[in-house]
Amino acid sequence: MKYLHLIWAGLFRRKSRTLLTLVSIVAAFVLFGLLDSVSIAFSAGNSVEGAGRLIVTSRMSMQQALPESLGARIKAVPGVTDVASANWFGGVYQDARNQVISFAVSPSYIDLYPELTLPADQRKAWMATRTGAIVGAALAKKFGWKVGDKIPLQSTIFPSKASGGQTWTFDIAGIFHAKDPKAAGREQMLMFHWKYFDENNAFGSGTVHWYVVKVADPAHADAVANAIDTLSANSDHETKTQTEQAFQASFIKQMANVGLIVASIMGAVFFTLLLLTGNTMMQAVRERTSELAVFKTIGFSSRSVLWMVLAESVLLLVLGGSIGLGVVALVIPGMAAASGGMLPIHGLDPRTWGLGVALMLIIGVVVGLLPALRAMRLNIVDALSGR
Amino acid sequence: MKRFLFNLMLVVLIAVVLAVWVMLPWMGVLAAAVLLALWLGLTRNGRQTVSVTSVGLRTLGQRLGSVSVIVIGIAGVVGVLVALLAMGSGLSATLQGGGRDDTAIVLRGGSTSEAQSVLVRSDVDAITQEPGVQQDAKGKPLASAELVVAANVRKKGSDDDANAQLRGIDPMAWALRPDLKIIRGRKFHTGMRELVVGEGAAREFAHMDVGDTVKLGREDWKVVGVFASHDAYDSELWADRAAVSDAFRRGNSAESVLVRLTSPAAFDRFKAALASDPKLKVEAQTTRDYFAKQSEQLTRVIRVVGITVGVIMAIGAVFGALNCMFAAVASRAREIATLRAIGFRGTPVVTSVMLETMLLALAGGVLGAAVVWLLFNGYTASTLSGFNQVVFRFRVDPALIWTGLKWALAIGFVGGLFPAVRAARLPVSTALREL
Repeated sequence: MKYLHLIWAGLFRRKSRTLLTLVSIVAAFVLFGLLDSVSIAFSAGNSVEGAGRLIVTSRMSMQQALPESLGARIKAVPGVTDVASANWFGGVYQDARNQVISFAVSPSYIDLYPELTLPADQRKAWMATRTGAIVGAALAKKFGWKVGDKIPLQSTIFPSKASGGQTWTFDIAGIFHAKDPKAAGREQMLMFHWKYFDENNAFGSGTVHWYVVKVADPAHADAVANAIDTLSANSDHETKTQTEQAFQASFIKQMANVGLIVASIMGAVFFTLLLLTGNTMMQAVRERTSELAVFKTIGFSSRSVLWMVLAESVLLLVLGGSIGLGVVALVIPGMAAASGGMLPIHGLDPRTWGLGVALMLIIGVVVGLLPALRAMRLNIVDALSGR
Repeated sequence: MKRFLFNLMLVVLIAVVLAVWVMLPWMGVLAAAVLLALWLGLTRNGRQTVSVTSVGLRTLGQRLGSVSVIVIGIAGVVGVLVALLAMGSGLSATLQGGGRDDTAIVLRGGSTSEAQSVLVRSDVDAITQEPGVQQDAKGKPLASAELVVAANVRKKGSDDDANAQLRGIDPMAWALRPDLKIIRGRKFHTGMRELVVGEGAAREFAHMDVGDTVKLGREDWKVVGVFASHDAYDSELWADRAAVSDAFRRGNSAESVLVRLTSPAAFDRFKAALASDPKLKVEAQTTRDYFAKQSEQLTRVIRVVGITVGVIMAIGAVFGALNCMFAAVASRAREIATLRAIGFRGTPVVTSVMLETMLLALAGGVLGAAVVWLLFNGYTASTLSGFNQVVFRFRVDPALIWTGLKWALAIGFVGGLFPAVRAARLPVSTALREL
């Protein structure tokens, strides 16, 4: 630690070169931070408390409807503590571009998601209103909706009996918040009563698109899932039950292999960075040959010269990397807001920081190793005479 | 203060040059290159530049480290940019490829995609009888009512499920898509549970070769053929509509009706006729418009991501290049000062440093583009469009490579300008005196 001043002075011996190198390092780590955050946002399935929940869909495809009566039978399966149902609605507000993630749900649906909080009085009001709907805070903010508003939504799928067209009217009875910022993606949803949906829907009735099942013990989720699928085996509505994570992961896996794309870009970036900083450090040590020889002359051991050069390159990387990740941490809230909730990220994940710091240290050591060895092996007499 | 103003001026110059550069079509670039070559060959300054540059280029071998930083750094930027844009262009080519001006798709009013639409039997009959719809030799309308369901299938070589699009079609469907060819096996027989699968689906999903049997819905289906159409249909499984609606309990309904129009001009008449029919609540679009709309959002996202990543990488590469060129200029300070002392003017010195950087950048750009072309041209990938899997190929076309090279030269320009100016402004006496 007592050499910090010396290392710092060595690093900024040539200010412009160090600054230019720093900017390159910052750019590399900005890119790393952004891509890693996106990749985490995609792979996490943005749910932390999903472990105890199963999703039951039709085995044929997730758009295929299941009978509503199946819910009661699922509830009777041992190990199941609660069941709720949901239907696709495909809502848009005013313009086809303003898609609203909207579901028709059974009354207990919200109870299965303890990470969402709805004030008790609003919940009561919602239950009492046939056409009531509850919306996530982020969605309400986006369209300026308040409790008590009457809003028209067009369903892209289901015509309404009441209006004779695609327009459905809802009364906003409550606004729910997500307790955990990781579940903030759910604040984009609108939910309304399945009963209203079923009665007012001009196409068939008595069906739901998926069930959410709460299991007593997540460790036995597989056994419960099998038991649920057995209920409808060989019927005309066979089901497929999977954990919520598996359900969400199946969507994301199909979207694109985000991890692979991110890894290849980062590979290209860090390979270049290695070359660039390696070159800088090489130059820095070459220039200072005589200074290093002086160090050795006045009594620094070869080993401590090695450590000083290594420390210098690690310091360079850590400095640049921290600035880069810091920039990302500042930028991300803005990006998340601009994406309109598509990217459920709210700050830099600790995992990104961890991986980032590890990368800084590793690259710093790799880059500094050759120049440091060169400095260590320096022969005082040769170096001082400029040979 | 004076120095600050001078630097500010340089920054403004860079901004202007970059803006012009982005706009410049390839003819403009060619003209600029010809002008540069003329200047180099014909004027005194130009000939001086050539000799100074050749000295610089001959010393490249001694600076292999910095040279490779510039070349590989820029190759990385160009490679990543071109790869991401190739993904976008391949995807949009696939999604938009099936669109035609003389074919219209009719969906229920308000629906933005087939999956959201429902048409009942009477709708289908009315739509196919409207004016503007072409008829075949026997007087039957060239129209196909189609039903699309998402079917769970297995991805090849893994246990993962994927949603494949299963399309139930009428016999006319083949005639409506003239670009589509059966490449193996045969078409399905009406009324049988037989599948003809797209080339992409056959490659991506398990049990999709001619002769295989696969379970979709509640039934077993026999794969009897493979077709190729080089658009979004390539990812689909096709079967008889009655068989599909039976297996997925869809009754008599369809989701869309595809019709051939007598001519592209007949579309307006057809659309007006649909709108004026009080029994119908449907909307028609040409398939070209429809497919373009389906792919709009996805391709825009990929473009934005590609350019954002490219810009950040380019910033890193610019500073890397600056660093290396400053070092190069510094190591040649005495040499440059000597040149100036014996009468070389500032312009050749500035231009030669710029030329050197831009040549290195160009080499980097070519390297990056070549690597991406070798690795990714024709590389197949799949993604989710709406609910279903779309299989597409990366397309590294000349336009994208051109974009990549333009970026490379722009990075070289910015990275070379400041060191070049530094070289020219170095006071001759101090530089010569320096050890």
